[in-house]
Amino acid sequence: MSAAPERAAAPVLELVDVRKSFGPIEILHGIDFALHAGEVHALIGENGAGKSTIMKILGGFLAPSSGAVRLDGKPAPYATGAQAEALGVVVIHQEFNLAPDLTVSENIWLGRELGGIFLDHRAMRAGTQALLDELDSPIRPEARIRDLPVSDRQMVEIAKALARKARVLVMDEPSAVLTHKEVEVLFRQIERLRAQGVALLYTSHRLEEITRLADRVTVLRDGAVVRRAGRGELTEDGMATAMVGRKLEDIYPAKRHHAGAVALEVKSFSVPPLVKDISFSLRRGEVLGISGLVGSGRTELAEGLVGLRPASGEILRHGVPVKVGSVREAAACGMAYLTEDRKEHGLLLDKNLAVNLTLSTLARFGTPFIDAGREEAALTRAISDFDIRAPRRDMKVGNLSGGNQQKLLLAKTMLGDPEVVIIDEPTRGIDVGTKSQIYAFIDALAAEGRSVIVISSDMPEILGLSDRVLVMRHGRIAGELEGERLTENAVVRLVMGTNEQASGSASHV
Amino acid sequence: MSDSTRSDSTRADLARADTARPSLAARLPGLSALGPLLALILLVALGAYLNENFLSAGNVTNVLARSAFIGMIAVGMTFVITSGGLDLSVGSMAAFIAGVMILAMNALLPSMGVGVPLILAGMGIALGAGLLAGLGNGLLVTKARIEPFIVTLGTMGIFRSLVTWLADGGTISLDFGVRQLYRPVYYSGLFGIAWPILVFAVVAIAGQVAMRHTRFGRYCEAIGSNDKVALYSAVNVERIRLMTYVLLGLLVGLATIMYVPRLGSASGSTGMLWELEAIAAVIIGGTALKGGYGRVWGTVIGVLILSLIDNILILADLVSPYLNGTIQGVIIVLAVVLQRSKSSA
Repeated sequence: MSAAPERAAAPVLELVDVRKSFGPIEILHGIDFALHAGEVHALIGENGAGKSTIMKILGGFLAPSSGAVRLDGKPAPYATGAQAEALGVVVIHQEFNLAPDLTVSENIWLGRELGGIFLDHRAMRAGTQALLDELDSPIRPEARIRDLPVSDRQMVEIAKALARKARVLVMDEPSAVLTHKEVEVLFRQIERLRAQGVALLYTSHRLEEITRLADRVTVLRDGAVVRRAGRGELTEDGMATAMVGRKLEDIYPAKRHHAGAVALEVKSFSVPPLVKDISFSLRRGEVLGISGLVGSGRTELAEGLVGLRPASGEILRHGVPVKVGSVREAAACGMAYLTEDRKEHGLLLDKNLAVNLTLSTLARFGTPFIDAGREEAALTRAISDFDIRAPRRDMKVGNLSGGNQQKLLLAKTMLGDPEVVIIDEPTRGIDVGTKSQIYAFIDALAAEGRSVIVISSDMPEILGLSDRVLVMRHGRIAGELEGERLTENAVVRLVMGTNEQASGSASHV
Repeated sequence: MSDSTRSDSTRADLARADTARPSLAARLPGLSALGPLLALILLVALGAYLNENFLSAGNVTNVLARSAFIGMIAVGMTFVITSGGLDLSVGSMAAFIAGVMILAMNALLPSMGVGVPLILAGMGIALGAGLLAGLGNGLLVTKARIEPFIVTLGTMGIFRSLVTWLADGGTISLDFGVRQLYRPVYYSGLFGIAWPILVFAVVAIAGQVAMRHTRFGRYCEAIGSNDKVALYSAVNVERIRLMTYVLLGLLVGLATIMYVPRLGSASGSTGMLWELEAIAAVIIGGTALKGGYGRVWGTVIGVLILSLIDNILILADLVSPYLNGTIQGVIIVLAVVLQRSKSSA
């Protein structure tokens, strides 16, 4: 364990020997962690390592079971998130804390509105505009949060934190939903805040971001600090090794696929208003990657194929035209879609594991009465097949880590035994260790003779998994790459369009 | 599929050890789930303490038989609310169905004569009218995609005004001869238990089983919990929602069948505020108003609590019966406070 760089200044916010238990289970085992003014401190670890719990304790959302939280050397005088925010300790959560029906401006000033008896709308709008200008964001202050894409919402959260004049800013995977360009803007803002003396906590699963931003890195594993390092002391490989606790070999499976007969053919398929005239085919045992920018129509295409959106065009399974007007009809044709939004579209967060696992195939578990024993047996099998790690079987799925939620969603999708599986963003917000497991699952599906479509914004993932890649741009197929021609450079050129220069790192597209 | 580290496998072992025997505490309903049951027991004890006639067979039968109408409706309401809906029209619907049923029986009397077939025809008409009324509500909610609150606020007014119109502002009365034949359906019973109580018991048990052990109940909970997830999970969201309203309509029809022999008439004020009592019973019983979690046995307890308060106030001179609404209101608010403390725990 290497010592953190010595600093003359005392930490702004500090955890001293903090332990946290939920019921009989201790989640954090004596954490010492400090945030210093003018520094970016990265906290990294696998899902379930305890990062979120630490952030919640820092932000006043959870109280430690033992140990101390110190602000400016004294016991932190806040017991709720709101009190912490008033003292300049601001947390940007992964699940945004915005009122969807209010405008951007109303959200930013929420709880601290300007004006006396009557609100000073003009001053608030001007203030919001100034903040958004600082962030180089084209978002309008009058826009409703509901109408904004996720990346814009993230920007609004950051603007809100800036408006709160944060002294300590805790960011929970802010880049996970941002595009490459937006991440650049975010980094500039982080650097600016650092120069102003703000103490920042940054988390991300993208280790190259950590290397670039962090002045200090703390690595967590299983609720304990396993490594502390200063800038430049840890390579990305070293970070990953520390997080996982073992050497990471290549996390992608070896290419091996022996494609069989054509299982799916799609002809001049359109999903209004964005997706137009898509044609492609997919063989048994093949993994087809679909790349493209956020908003290029990838998800719309997938949702059209499984009947979640009205679509036109032809779908052929084994050469026979099929009609898919709903998820049920898609399932009857052996097609399944695994959503990118597991919290809103994939899982019932306040229900337990078994209910979620069997929801889409419930008819197989008995008529008229559901056989609870068969459900439990299915869950037991899913837990072992997909290595789902749940402290308790009857717990709410919302309390599982992101990686385990994703494994459960995969188990739920595969319970229907589909021959064509469309997986949208298979590893979003998931740690390295679980990622490699999910890659192995996907590989196994293809090896069993199923046809897999992987939609991903993660370039290494697309390249590492796919036998063939379709690139989408503006709702159309920009190109198809296979074999020798399937290179990062080629994909990026297609993603960006030929008139744009493909330059720099492409891992965020 | 991949190697685990030592600590990982320890964690997995722990998980497996835990899964082998689900803890007893997790299997027992929590205090908030038992809250309504405790309240009911307290009320019974209070009633027995205040009036010696409280536990007499006559009084118990009276309370239960009066609970039966709201009870059957409340069981149906549990499914509607669990799947994220609401139905404000059930009280007016009951009045309307009663009106239609009585008019139809009176009209059929000359051709069919007084007899069991006439009663059965009336029952069929009541169920048919309930089915159609529920279907109307359900189609407006699912096909026209109008908020359930708005739809049923509208149909509440429509049914109420239709029955007043049918009665021409007065009362629709069942023919005296038919009434004599029909009376036992409310006043008589089997093994000393009144028919409405028996029917209510069957509805309650069937409802509890449907909610816990059938796809329909599971889907209702899934849709109320997150209808997007249900849609993405191949659940026919629209059809299940429609079915909850149709089921409720049928149960309103059934409740009306048991109710009409009691008075033998219907008017513009029949079934007044039943919808609010039914909704209150569902909420007191622990079903979440926003949907996602339904508890039919809780609803039954909620119905009993509401009628017991009424009954105790009449039997005991403790508080004016006019304060009935106040006490019921306090209970409803308390029930929701209890629910909230559960979700934050």
